Amino acid sequence: MTTTAVDILGADDVSRAITRISHEIVERNPALDSVVIVGMQTGGTWIAKRLCESVNKIVEGANVPLGAIDISLYRDDYSLRPVVLSAPTDIPVDLTGRTVVLVDDVLFTGRTVRAALEALNDYGRPRAVQLAVMVDRGHRELPIRPDYVGKNIPTHFSDEVAVGPNGVTVSAVAT
Amino acid sequence: MKHLLDTHDLSIDDIVNILDVADRMAEVNRRQVPKVPALKGKTIATVFFEDSTRTRLSFETAARRLSADVLTFLASSSSVNKGESLRDTIETLSAMGVQAFVVRHKSSGVPLQLSQWTDASVINAGDGWHQHPTQGLLDAYTITREFGTPTSLAGRTVAIVGDIKHSRVARSNIDLFTRLGARVVLVAPPSLLPSHVETWPVDVRSTMDDVIDNVDVVYLLRMQLERMQSASIPNLAEYTRLYALTPERAAVLQDHALLMHPGPMNRGVEITVDPADVAGSRILQQVTNGVSIRMAVLFTLLGGDSVSSLTAGGEA
Amino acid sequence: MSQSLLLQNVTVVNPDAVFVSDVLIQNGRVSAIGNGLTGDIVVNGSGLYASSGFVDLHTHLREPGKEEAETIESGSRAAALGGYTAVVAMPNTDPAQDNVATVAFVREQGIKAGLCEVLPSGCITVGRLGESLAPFDQLAKVGVTLCTDDGNGVQSESLMQQALVAAKKLNITMAQHCEVSEMTIGAAMHDGECCSHLGVPGWPAEAEVQMVLRDIELVRRTGGRLHLLHLSTAESVALVRDAKKEGLPITAEVTPHHLSLQDTLLKSFNPIFKVNPPLRTPRDIEALKEGLADGTIDAVATDHAPHAGHTKEQPLDVAPPGMLGLETALAVVNTAVTLDVQKLAALMSWNPARIARLESHQGRPLAVGEPANIAVWDTTSVWTVQKDALASKSKNTPYHGMAVRGRVHHTIFNGELVVHEGKALK
Repeated sequence: MTTTAVDILGADDVSRAITRISHEIVERNPALDSVVIVGMQTGGTWIAKRLCESVNKIVEGANVPLGAIDISLYRDDYSLRPVVLSAPTDIPVDLTGRTVVLVDDVLFTGRTVRAALEALNDYGRPRAVQLAVMVDRGHRELPIRPDYVGKNIPTHFSDEVAVGPNGVTVSAVAT
Repeated sequence: MKHLLDTHDLSIDDIVNILDVADRMAEVNRRQVPKVPALKGKTIATVFFEDSTRTRLSFETAARRLSADVLTFLASSSSVNKGESLRDTIETLSAMGVQAFVVRHKSSGVPLQLSQWTDASVINAGDGWHQHPTQGLLDAYTITREFGTPTSLAGRTVAIVGDIKHSRVARSNIDLFTRLGARVVLVAPPSLLPSHVETWPVDVRSTMDDVIDNVDVVYLLRMQLERMQSASIPNLAEYTRLYALTPERAAVLQDHALLMHPGPMNRGVEITVDPADVAGSRILQQVTNGVSIRMAVLFTLLGGDSVSSLTAGGEA
Repeated sequence: MSQSLLLQNVTVVNPDAVFVSDVLIQNGRVSAIGNGLTGDIVVNGSGLYASSGFVDLHTHLREPGKEEAETIESGSRAAALGGYTAVVAMPNTDPAQDNVATVAFVREQGIKAGLCEVLPSGCITVGRLGESLAPFDQLAKVGVTLCTDDGNGVQSESLMQQALVAAKKLNITMAQHCEVSEMTIGAAMHDGECCSHLGVPGWPAEAEVQMVLRDIELVRRTGGRLHLLHLSTAESVALVRDAKKEGLPITAEVTPHHLSLQDTLLKSFNPIFKVNPPLRTPRDIEALKEGLADGTIDAVATDHAPHAGHTKEQPLDVAPPGMLGLETALAVVNTAVTLDVQKLAALMSWNPARIARLESHQGRPLAVGEPANIAVWDTTSVWTVQKDALASKSKNTPYHGMAVRGRVHHTIFNGELVVHEGKALK
């Protein structure tokens, strides 16, 4: 098995994308006090945290709450995955009537997002859910599209995409 | 992990992991709608050759909160009483398509025996005097959470009081508590101690008064009244005098000390104080925690298997 | 005149000598011993030992009563394959062998099978219930030499004393299953450390030791001959050693499984390892081996106890005790204990033949004119026990899948080759 890794975005690119998305969130949501930003455990939480900080900086006096959601108990593909619960769900407010900005690092098949939508419902009935991702790598298996995207990156199905504060790397795995 | 038969099969990491998962299940249980789809499409059979309504309901509640389907098999209304072999019973139920069996039996070892005749997971819900691993786990969960030390019982002393010899709860708890670092003191009349107790990792005291004022947990076992007939104890009044938790003894418990009991209690025998009057009583909390622990066990056994290559791709 | 059978080039194991020779058998007897003999049927014995056929003091044939587990024919076949030319049939049949008719039935079925000699034992008490003595004089008249309630110990001291008095008068032997039953109610395995942790009702060693102690005293009082079945504890061996020094007429046996398997096997909760008396500890095993070596224990006896498969698929405390033994005995003993071939033949054949009072025609040296009851075996072949390859109707061997050393190749019963190259010929 050989792996070739290509850096697609650097740390600066990631920071710029977060700033841009936070502006888009503010523009799209005039009623900012009803917004809650929820990161998906575990890849989406650091992005959600930075988005939240950024949004609250852009709008003076804003106090958009930050949450985290774990979808381990909602997956439809257990047989494909190890039983490891990621960090716990932490939803600081009742979601009923709120606009949830759901945040993840990579959007791929859409199954994780589907599970997250189901999980969110168990914490209240949001007025709307918007989706923010750092990377949209294609290969959707469900009718799900992102509202905010850091970068669209065409990939092969078998590629691995790694997202972190220091950048985004795509590894082609040849078996 | 395929089965849960005996606490000794669990590593410390396994134990800590199950307690961890139970925290997550406890969160689910606190919700307005305490139900998640984690085990949708799985079928779990509770197979109780010996009646225990509490344990069975706890498992069935756990299974339903994870969205599993539940089959209930009670020996009293089954062919087992007509001499059907264990193997025939389990093979018949397996043929209905069951992913996990939750088994209670009055004979030690039956869950292990059954596990050789089925591809499904087998969870021991109490076998003879041998083991009751989910009770041990829920008790370890209760104590670690009460004391805020999620991975350890180091420095704690737990007194287990009563009929140790015939107790599957004691065997599971002693193993889990001591491996998590606790000191365990057994308090029982000699006739209710197991033979070769000197090979167990415990201290032994002969009356409650020897320990009551310096333990972190008092764990009372249910006194099986049928032991009276087998002459294991001279009489109940004598037992109560030396081993029961009386109001006087409850009064000298340390402030932080916990009172626990696996239920059902024999009031007036092993406990003469009303547990509602004991600040440290966690007897109902044990029942609540039991559901979370059993959800954690079911999820750990049935929630998935190995990683597949399909997980490649950054969407974890 | 029948066809002659020639064992060519075998190593003869006799009490006074071990030597390589041809052995010619004709008309049920050894007709010649020497080199360069010829015969009608020739069996190559190079590298193999030939001794008198083995004698099992302790076989459960299950007929009449439990024919689904074993019959006298299937058990006889298993015996022949194990090198046995005689077995003592235990009396816990249904009906029990406490009467002349049942004893006669068992003997006749044995003759009909024709694979080995079946010597029915009698009961000590009627129905093995421990309440009243069996009719020893009638039983002795039809050839019973050994009486036992095996499966149950005779709890009553006075009954056992009367039985030993009768034994002396009738020149028969009482064989005791040493177990004080009130100490073993519900017991499923040896009462030791392992049992304590597994939460299984324990079978204390004392339950055996107490009975051995009591019966030695009864022999001292009565002078009646006593055989102690399946000794399993170190303390029992020590008691018997002292009793023999004292000159009391006591003999003792040990099973292959008590020499080879220990109580920790019960961690599997597999009833295949449940047996009465139970598998004990390494300390007990060592003491039993010492007892064999110094002559305290006279014989290896199998306690061959077939049980239908489903009965061993019950919970450990419910399943019946007992395991197969006939077809694996030589190999298991030879694997577990280092013994020279004469000692092995003494334990498997010469001594038990004497204890069962069969010494007129079993356990004889291979010599011209002697009855031809012969086992041909080795101590070096390694093979793996396969339960489905056994001839017994039941499959409850604890040795399934285990590699053992030593094998029975041929068995000759009454001059007839009944097992050839490990296969029964009838």
